[in-house]
Amino acid sequence: MSIKILIPIPLRPYTGEQSGAKLTGWTVVGALSNLVTQHPDLRRHLFAEEGKLRSFVNVYRNDDDVRYLAKEATPVKNAETITIVPSLAGGVSACACPTALQSNRM
Amino acid sequence: MLGDSMALRISRPLFERLRQHGEQTYPHECCGLLVGEFDEAGNKTVKSVVSCGNMRTDSPHNRYHISPAELVRIQRESRAAGYDIVGFYHSHPDHPAFWSRTDLAEAHWTGCSYVITSVEKGKATVTNSFILLDREETKHFANEAIEI
Repeated sequence: MSIKILIPIPLRPYTGEQSGAKLTGWTVVGALSNLVTQHPDLRRHLFAEEGKLRSFVNVYRNDDDVRYLAKEATPVKNAETITIVPSLAGGVSACACPTALQSNRM
Repeated sequence: MLGDSMALRISRPLFERLRQHGEQTYPHECCGLLVGEFDEAGNKTVKSVVSCGNMRTDSPHNRYHISPAELVRIQRESRAAGYDIVGFYHSHPDHPAFWSRTDLAEAHWTGCSYVITSVEKGKATVTNSFILLDREETKHFANEAIEI
């Protein structure tokens, strides 16, 4: 039983710069718990205090968002891949834009 | 390990491509990913620019959101090619090329570049890059040089 976990750049400082890991676990939370056992500093970057994934942390089992499966309890099988991706959003609303920074003007 | 001295290296064609994306989607925000590699000093070299769809169809003129499914797919393809996601880009239609409070609040990719292009009346003008530093609770943007 081996699950592959892909770790994004923001979390690598807490995994010894490892970009991936192969771990055991029957569920998503089981595999991630094994990951944070190996890398304790990672725990607070993945999980909120109540033990759920932090709101901006997306976790996929292969191509499926686990929020639309069984969330943290989503089962995983041998050779499946868990991918961790922080959310990506933003926009000009609430802009605190200064008038400086006129570099790179074309 | 990262700081104000870091640079984002990108070729002229790729730089122009991300700027043109902002012109194409004007008056809406564009968004996309920068795929490339880090060197030992922490500088990033962009190897490809991947345009993405803006999921914020409710407010596309001042917000953007990239589908996590698209992130997962691009991250997987990048790794298969020996690269990684090193940053992101988006446009600010008729606003300066400077990060907003929304940009900071919704930024979670520490160590990555956030490139912002101001698009004024449909024409891309200023493009700046900012690197997201520190952990979630104390995160902040720092200016980052763009080397073309």
